[in-house]
Amino acid sequence: MTTDIYVPRDASALSLGAEAVARAIAVEARARRVDVRIVRNGSRGLYWLEPMVEVATPAGRVAYGSVKAADVASLFAANFLSGGAHPLSQGLTEEIPYLKSQQRLTAARVGVIDPTSIADYVASGGYQGLRKALAMTQAEIVQAVLDSGLRGRGGAAFPTGIKWKTVLDQNAAQKYVTCNADEGDSGTFSDRMLMEGDPLTLIEGMTIAGIAVGATQGYIYLRVEYPHAYATLNEALNAARQARYLGPDVMGSGRKFELEVRLGAGAYICGEETSMLESLEGKRGEIRVRPPLPAIKGLFGQPTVVNNVVTLATVPIILDRGSEFYRNFGTGKSRGTLPLQLAGNVRRGGLIERAFGLSLRELLYDYGGGSASGRPIRAVQVGGPLGAYIPASQFDTAIDYEALTAIGALLGHGGVVVFDDTVDMAQMARFAMEFCAIESCGKCTPCRIGSIRGVEVIDRIIAGVERERNLGLLADLCETMLQGSLCGLGGMTPFPVQSILKHFAEDFQASARH
Amino acid sequence: MQPLTDIQRQAVLRIVAEHKSRPGPLIEILHGVQAGLGYVPAGAVPLIAAELNLSRAEVHGVVTFYHFFRDHPVGRHVVRLCRAESCQAMAGGALGEHAKKRLGIDFHETTADGAFTLEPVYCLGNCACSPAMMIDGDLFGRVTAQSFDDIVAARDRPT
Repeated sequence: MTTDIYVPRDASALSLGAEAVARAIAVEARARRVDVRIVRNGSRGLYWLEPMVEVATPAGRVAYGSVKAADVASLFAANFLSGGAHPLSQGLTEEIPYLKSQQRLTAARVGVIDPTSIADYVASGGYQGLRKALAMTQAEIVQAVLDSGLRGRGGAAFPTGIKWKTVLDQNAAQKYVTCNADEGDSGTFSDRMLMEGDPLTLIEGMTIAGIAVGATQGYIYLRVEYPHAYATLNEALNAARQARYLGPDVMGSGRKFELEVRLGAGAYICGEETSMLESLEGKRGEIRVRPPLPAIKGLFGQPTVVNNVVTLATVPIILDRGSEFYRNFGTGKSRGTLPLQLAGNVRRGGLIERAFGLSLRELLYDYGGGSASGRPIRAVQVGGPLGAYIPASQFDTAIDYEALTAIGALLGHGGVVVFDDTVDMAQMARFAMEFCAIESCGKCTPCRIGSIRGVEVIDRIIAGVERERNLGLLADLCETMLQGSLCGLGGMTPFPVQSILKHFAEDFQASARH
Repeated sequence: MQPLTDIQRQAVLRIVAEHKSRPGPLIEILHGVQAGLGYVPAGAVPLIAAELNLSRAEVHGVVTFYHFFRDHPVGRHVVRLCRAESCQAMAGGALGEHAKKRLGIDFHETTADGAFTLEPVYCLGNCACSPAMMIDGDLFGRVTAQSFDDIVAARDRPT
């Protein structure tokens, strides 16, 4: 009998030695003459357990982690092919509390299936959303997305259905669907996990979007820092084309939708939608002045849907299970679930998909288990490099769009980076400005010049030079960048800086003393 | 400006021909050139511009806008060390200092023997396993000074 063994091909799992583990399992199985099939799945997102090996048993999949190549012989000796006891055993995967307490809708298949197998995908409910969409009118599909309450998961949280409706309402010979996979925020990796672990869900979501708005061509704009996702996406695209889920006759419907991946070239700004469109056209990623909106004049001047990976990958389940099903998760105006990403100085980092409303404290301590260093958690940065730093006194805040806005923070793409009490927050404020200076597209002055002046002013404050005067100058500069920048890079870089001035001002004073 | 060698010229023309008919092909072409030649030589700029009916300034502008493209050769192995917040929270700063010391170079520099180039990168998406780095497309997580030395030593072996 053949036993299925799952060893992730997810980039993070590979970064911890998953390839060597897979090789060792193959070698050991041959030596012991046992029949195994090694499936290279995505990651379940329990990253402190990676490389996490799973074995399919009659009782369900049993997890072992974190496995090193040197552990493989002892796993075979412990009869892990039947789920045998071993110090690395985590029991049934689905029963691991970190996973069991989650509500995985968008990431339901990530880490479960072979990411490039159409058969696996369809057997686990894949392409049901597209099948239903093809039986609906375009307006009905858009209405379903609108009714679900889905908002852009890339960071801007704009209602997806409204964007789609705008594109649908345009008369144009050519329309486009583009996927923003330029996941540049530090502390985020949910797009990467989806593309590496379940790319067909993204492909299905984009196909539905194309059918809904009348676009026949799609592009995935992927950051060059994700070579593993690039390989997996292309394998999945080929599989979808061969099985006629993509191409001139999608699922025999007579409708056309083509899709390809384009690589970025290391520019954070290309995660801004108009900059991404410029880059897709092969140009410098300088942002465009809005209006016109991309939904009206987007890629090559045509009406274009621009959505993030998680947003598009959530569409299939909405079409399959219905708007009601999806909007019943969540709270207030934050409907559905969000794949949160827990990173930085945390004991159990990973992907946590839950309905909106979980508190930061639950995320950091119940899931994260506190800091990796064992020291007190002093601050978390939520929403990437443009997000505010939140002090421990505000950890009871709920993780939803409105609650975070109410404390002057933002959710962004759902990344949470944890810092312990050794962090120098004055340096983090400096880094926010430095990062903006490195990544500014240069089009507008507040961002291009303001960020450089920001680094200089913070350096003077840290050095204790005319402290009060320079603190006033920094406050003014933040205001200018906020009000005067053309896009979110310059316009939001002040958020982390201002949050540090508000909650961690003592770090500027400490620096001034020496 | 150093003129292209015949081999380089042929390679650039071949890559341009491969992508020319696609919409917005310039960045795809630059990726192809850098993958093939290791960098985008200044001499390739007028050639690509003429083939795509763009100005030299437009092509030069794109090459210089993106951090990933470079106009000079680099070492045999490119070490990209993450400098972003999540890695900073896990002593990425100290790892950067160690890397510079071990390789004897600063960021954006290449070792005298041409073995390594050290580049900063802002996020590799490996944030739950910080600090992270990538060498020649291979990703590493939870990197320590010791594991950095081991990884580098394994690449440095004469072949």
